[in-house]
Amino acid sequence: MGELKLMKGNEAIAEAAIRAGVDAYFGYPITPQSEVIEYLTYEKPEERTGMVVLQAESELAAINMVYGAASTGKKVLTSSSSPGISLYQEGISYIAGAELPCVIANVVRGGPGLGTIQPSQADYFQSVKGGGHGDYRLLTLAPSSVQEMADFVELGFEIAFKYRNPVMILTDGMIGQMMEKVELKDPVPRWTDEQIQEISGSWATVGKPANRERNIVTSLYLDSAIMEQHNHHLQAKYRQMEAEEVRYETFDTEDAEYLMVAYGSSARIAQKSLTLARAKGIKVGLLRPITLYPFPAKPLLDLVPQLKGILSVEMSAGQMIEDVRLSVECKVPVVHFGRFGGIIHSPEEVLEALEQKIIGG
Amino acid sequence: MDIKDIIKEENLVYSKTKLMTDNVLSYCPGCGHGTAHRIVMEIIDEMGLQSNTIGIAPVGCSVLAYDFMNIDMIQAAHGRAPAVATGVKRTWPDKTVFTYQGDGDLAAIGTAETIHACNRGENITIIFINNGIYGMTGGQMAPTTLEGMKTSTSPHGRDLKKMGNPLKITELIAQLPGTYYVSRQAVHTPAAVRKAKKAIRKAFEIQQENKGLTFVEVVSNCNSGWKLPPVKSNQWMVENMFPFYQLGDIKVDGELVK
Ligand SMILES: Cc1ncc(C[n+]2csc(CCOP(=O)(O)OP(=O)(O)O)c2C)c(N)n1
Ligand code: SF4
Repeated sequence: MGELKLMKGNEAIAEAAIRAGVDAYFGYPITPQSEVIEYLTYEKPEERTGMVVLQAESELAAINMVYGAASTGKKVLTSSSSPGISLYQEGISYIAGAELPCVIANVVRGGPGLGTIQPSQADYFQSVKGGGHGDYRLLTLAPSSVQEMADFVELGFEIAFKYRNPVMILTDGMIGQMMEKVELKDPVPRWTDEQIQEISGSWATVGKPANRERNIVTSLYLDSAIMEQHNHHLQAKYRQMEAEEVRYETFDTEDAEYLMVAYGSSARIAQKSLTLARAKGIKVGLLRPITLYPFPAKPLLDLVPQLKGILSVEMSAGQMIEDVRLSVECKVPVVHFGRFGGIIHSPEEVLEALEQKIIGG
Repeated sequence: MDIKDIIKEENLVYSKTKLMTDNVLSYCPGCGHGTAHRIVMEIIDEMGLQSNTIGIAPVGCSVLAYDFMNIDMIQAAHGRAPAVATGVKRTWPDKTVFTYQGDGDLAAIGTAETIHACNRGENITIIFINNGIYGMTGGQMAPTTLEGMKTSTSPHGRDLKKMGNPLKITELIAQLPGTYYVSRQAVHTPAAVRKAKKAIRKAFEIQQENKGLTFVEVVSNCNSGWKLPPVKSNQWMVENMFPFYQLGDIKVDGELVK
């Protein structure tokens, strides 16, 4: 068993990164995720593993430092929160276009605008549907515990390098700030220059030796015929992700007549609502998407024959609900419930919505 | 004597460095970008740094620098090259890393990245091509556009009251303790090319010693944007750009030149 610790979600991301052999972190402070860079600068990972940590002058600089280091085959992490992630979008689009691996954590706060520092899930569209310009997708992981905050750093890098695609850990101020027991994996060393050569030598810009063509990292294809080809290549990659990377979890779905769909913090709350509902004899289940892109569309559709209604629960005005509706192909009613703008719904509020909007309605 | 008798190895006085590819340059004939590319690549070649160098291309006319420079290169978003270079250099401190940027890229949209990379003293080299205009997008006003100069967005000439003053960003970054060598050069005559090459070589040599950021501005022409034939554009540059952007070293060995 790994080391057990009581940690904040933000700290768990930072510690897991050091242990996962991450090479660099670039970021800019913003509540509610500043603990990530605070923990990293305090821990001196440059002494523990040689990991580089640098506070950039802005999110624009931070994401472009990520772009630079990721261009060389290094494992690079960054984190921010909603307004900062908005500034990342140009860089994320370039990273996706140039097919670079990296992991980006968004500890979401309420918006729009400067919004509030309280938790929210209103950045779903931004990470799952694009955010930046162009046709691209982010592999999006939604942790619902401090344990998963730690685990998804390693998983994130695994799939980021598998697809040479940015991975978004989409979490929120509640999971970032709350403390839970977390089991930390034993540290693995950072990749050596030789390993980087082996893993990413065919594309990474680490200096051109005489025996290979130069490597170029770019997202520019002035000839639109080639640009379309590049887009086809990206789309093929996204189809492969949809086939191979869907992750989700179900609770009490075997006999369920009603279903709640919720991710991250909302899934934790819905688990409690589930217990309350079952105690009242309501046959309800819960499906928790772990990957938001690719979305678990097929598992949801498979449940449809037994369902009378679905409650999509999220701390937003209703964003994921669009994917839930698309998944079930209008075969069963889907209704949204959620508090937003920094308010966290209670398990009782969710139960009430289930009873009034789905069962009663 | 036949011409073939003259084309012999021992008579060779000049050959293109193998660090420039055979791709046809996309620059307008007469533009300084091509010469600036060549001398940077000659230096990397002469210093034996090809296998150790990573270049960062900007957004601007030199966006396709990676088509011409035969080294590993990264194309950066508009203005962000110094941040991209920081990401590379911090994770590969033994590599030689440089950015090649125009004035819009470096001194307008990328001002913050420029100043902060300089201020942190990143051990990188910045090659800054100042042609006083946005070449790539068709000749709009740049932060470096001279007073009264006509561009497509200052069609009646740059009015300082409305449009601000031309920015001497090179003098500005020279003030920062993180910069170790700062120089302003040109590439419009063979003598200027020799001087510019010396300065750029010095910049790359200092980078090998990790002494701080080195920065070489090349005041250059944009004959298309300035709407002048190449030779006239160089004359115009000598008469108008050089008095404002004076050539020479600005900071040497970490000390401002008096
Ligand atoms: C974010 C963004 N804004 C604007 C542009 C459009 N754009 C491309 S090049 C350029 C100006 C380049 O001028 P400069 O840096 O002086 O280089 P030059 O072309 O003169 O060499 C602009 C505004 C862009 N590509 N990206
Ligand atoms: S537009 Fe100006 S800067 Fe661009 S290639 Fe032509 S002359 Fe050079």
